[in-house]
Amino acid sequence: MPLLRQGRAVADIWTHVEGEGELPTDDVAVTVDAARWSADRDRLIARSGPLGVRLANNDPVDLLAEDLGQLALIVLHFPKFSDGRAYSQARRLRRLGFAGELRATGNVLQDQLLLMTRVGFDGFVMAAPDAERRYEAALAAYDHFYQPRRIVAA
Amino acid sequence: MYRYDDFDRAFLEERVAQFRDQVARRLAGDLNEDEFKPLRLMNGLYLQLHAYMLRIAIPYGTLSSLQMRRLAEVAQRWDRGYGHFTTRQNIQLNWIRLEDAPDIIAALAEVDMHGIQTSGNCIRNVTADQYAGVAADEIEDPRIWAEILRQWSTNHPEFSFLPRKFKIAVTGAELDRAAIRVHDIGLRMCRAPDGSTGFEVVVGGGLGRTPLIGKTIRDFLPKDDLLGYLEAVMRVYNALGRRDNLYKARVKILVHDIGAERMAAMVDEEFQAIQAEGGVALDPVLVARIQDHFAPPAYAPAPEGPPEVLALERADPAFARWRATNTAAHREPGYVIVNLSLKPHGRPPGDATSGEMRAVADMADRWSLGEIRVAHEQNLVLPHVRQADLPDLWRAAAAIGFATPNIGHLTDIIACPGMDYCALATARSIPIAERLADRFKNLDRLHDIGPFRINISGCINACGHHHVGHVGLLGVDKNGEEFYQITLGGSAEEDTAIGRIVGPAVSSADVVDAIERLVETYVDIREAGETFLETCRRVGNAPFKESIYAAA
Ligand code: HEM
Ligand code: SF4
Repeated sequence: MPLLRQGRAVADIWTHVEGEGELPTDDVAVTVDAARWSADRDRLIARSGPLGVRLANNDPVDLLAEDLGQLALIVLHFPKFSDGRAYSQARRLRRLGFAGELRATGNVLQDQLLLMTRVGFDGFVMAAPDAERRYEAALAAYDHFYQPRRIVAA
Repeated sequence: MYRYDDFDRAFLEERVAQFRDQVARRLAGDLNEDEFKPLRLMNGLYLQLHAYMLRIAIPYGTLSSLQMRRLAEVAQRWDRGYGHFTTRQNIQLNWIRLEDAPDIIAALAEVDMHGIQTSGNCIRNVTADQYAGVAADEIEDPRIWAEILRQWSTNHPEFSFLPRKFKIAVTGAELDRAAIRVHDIGLRMCRAPDGSTGFEVVVGGGLGRTPLIGKTIRDFLPKDDLLGYLEAVMRVYNALGRRDNLYKARVKILVHDIGAERMAAMVDEEFQAIQAEGGVALDPVLVARIQDHFAPPAYAPAPEGPPEVLALERADPAFARWRATNTAAHREPGYVIVNLSLKPHGRPPGDATSGEMRAVADMADRWSLGEIRVAHEQNLVLPHVRQADLPDLWRAAAAIGFATPNIGHLTDIIACPGMDYCALATARSIPIAERLADRFKNLDRLHDIGPFRINISGCINACGHHHVGHVGLLGVDKNGEEFYQITLGGSAEEDTAIGRIVGPAVSSADVVDAIERLVETYVDIREAGETFLETCRRVGNAPFKESIYAAA
C-alpha cells in the first residue's frame, strides 16, 4: 500500500512492532501501540533510533502529552472512514505541539484527504495504487476554507 | 438578510465541481455505492423508496424571493413540479435522477443555495426562530449567530464524521419558536445582569427512539466564546459518543449516561484547554459584516392600525379571523408578520407546487421586501408586511389556498412524508393529516377548539415531531396493517414536554374518530379559557383515554 508524504509515494522506513513483539536493533525506527508504549516507555526512549506510537481511535491522546518531543511519528487509525475520532485526536496532538509525522491508516479515501490534511495529518497510507494522483485531486478541490481563515482570527 | 460574498460563492463553486466529479466517478464505476453514499449524503442526496431525493438547506429558515423562484424552477425542470417544506427548514424534492443532481446543485449555487449538511453525520443545517429579526418579543436577532455557526460548521474538518447527525437550533426571543430543547444543542439568547447578551446552552435534547429534553449546561455564555465552547462540546461528543449502536450514538444518550453535570464539567475542561491553546476567536470584522447583513431593513413609515384595515375587519369576519390567527406582532410599528398556511385542507402538509412557490415569491416582492421564512411547523412566513397591505395580501394568499386561518390550530398539522415517500416508514402520515384536516375543516369549530397541535410521524424516528405534539400520532405496522400510537401532552415550546402514550395503538380506520372523541371530551371538560394542553396537564390522560377507546 502506498505511503504518501508531502503528496509523494515514499518507502516506509518504519518497523511496526505488534503487541509485545521483539524490538529490532536499536538504530531501527519502530512504532509500538499505546499499551506497549505505556509498559516499555523508558526502554524505548533509551534506544537510539526514531520512535513512533500507533493510537487506536479510542486511545486518549493525553497518554502521549508528556512525550510528544520524544516521538517522530504518531499513527492514527480510521477503522472505517465514517469513524471520525482520529480527526479530533490529530487536531489535539497538533495543538499540544506535536511536530513529527501524523500518519493516517485504515480506510483512507480520496475524499477525506483534504479534511485530514486540515487537522494536521501529513502522512497517509492508502489502498489505492494511484494514491499520488488522488492526493493531488483532493487537495486541488478547494481553495476556500471557512475555518480557520475565514471566521476565526489567525 | 445574509448575502453571499465572493468567498462564499467561490467555495460553493468548488463544491459543485467536486460533486460533479464524484457523480462522474460513481457513474463510471470508480466509486462503489458504499463509498459514494456518504459523499452524496454530504450534498443532501438520499436514495428513497421510489427515487433519489434531494434535501436543500434553507439556513435558519430565511429565503429570498429570488431563491424561491429558483426552487420553483428546479422543481419544475428536474422534479414533478412540487417540493416539500420540512420541520428542519429544508425543502425536499422527491423525484430526482442521479444524472441530473450535479446540474441541480449548480443551478441552486447560482442563487447561493445548496444541500450541504442537510444529511450525514455532521453538524446539520442550523435552524432558528422563523420570526427572527422581526418578532416583537425578541432580545436579539439569532440569525447572526446561526450564520456564524453555518460558516464555522461548513466542511468543518474535525466534525464531518461524527458518531451521528448533529442538530443545532437558535432562538433570540422569550417564546421558543425553534424547539431548542429537542435539539442536540439549543441556544437561547439571553441577557446577563450587566445587560450584555449571550447564550443559554442546552445540550442533549432530541426525539426519535429515545425522546429526551435537553439540559442546560451553561446559563450564560458570552457571545465571543460561542465557537470555542461549541468546539469543546463537539470534541467531547466526537470522542465519547457511542459508535457501537446507531440508536445510542446521539449526544442525548451521552448526556443521559454521564449526567448533565459531568457533561458540563468535561466540556468546560476542554473549553479551557482550547482557550489555553489560543482559543477559537471570532474575527470582529467578519462578525460586524454579518451583523450588517441582518441590520433591520429601512422600513418606510407605516401607520399603526390603518382605518381601512380596521373597517375590513369589521365588515368581513373571514378577514378578521385570518388576521387574528395567521399574523404575529412585529417590532416595527405599522408592520406585521404574516404566516402563509401550507396546510390548506386536503393537501399534504408542507407541500407547495412550483406555481405556488412563484406566487409566494411575487407576494414577498410586493409586500415583504422580497423576504420569506420557512417555519419548522412547515408553513411559510412573510416577515415585513405593512398592516395597510394586509387586505391585498390576504386575497392573494387566498387565491393560492394559503390563507386558511389555522396557524397553531388543529389542522395546522406537522407530518413527515411517511410511507408515501420514506424508505424507513412503518405507516403513512400524509393521508391521516388529510383526513383529520377534512374532519375539522369547519372553521367555527376549529376556532372554538382553540390552540391545538397534532404532529404525525410515520415511524419512530420522529421526523414529524410526534412526541412534542399536544397530540402525537406515531404510525406503526401491525401484521401489515397501519396503526397509530397516540401520545398526549407534548410541547416544543418554553414548556417543552414529551407526550405520554395513552394506550394501545388505534387502527387507521378508527384514528380520526378517536381524535374527534378526544377533542369532544376536551371541549366538554375544559375550564373557561383553558387550552387543550392546559386541560391535559390539569386532568391527565385518563378522561381522554376513555374517549379514545370508547366503542365507536
Ligand atoms: C424522507 C426521508 C427521511 C429520512 C430517511 C429520515 C431519516 C431520519 C432518521 C433515521 C431519524 C432518526 C435520527 C435519530 O434519532 O438519530 C430522523 C429524525 C428526524 N428527522 Fe428525518 N428523515 C426523513 C425526512 C425528514 C423530513 C421530511 C423531516 C421534516 C419534516 C425530517 C426531520 C427530522 C427530525 C426533526 C428528526 C428528529 C431528530 C431528533 O430530534 O432526534 N426528516 N430522520
Ligand atoms: S419519521 Fe420515519 S417515516 Fe417519517 S420521514 Fe422520518 S424516517 Fe421517514
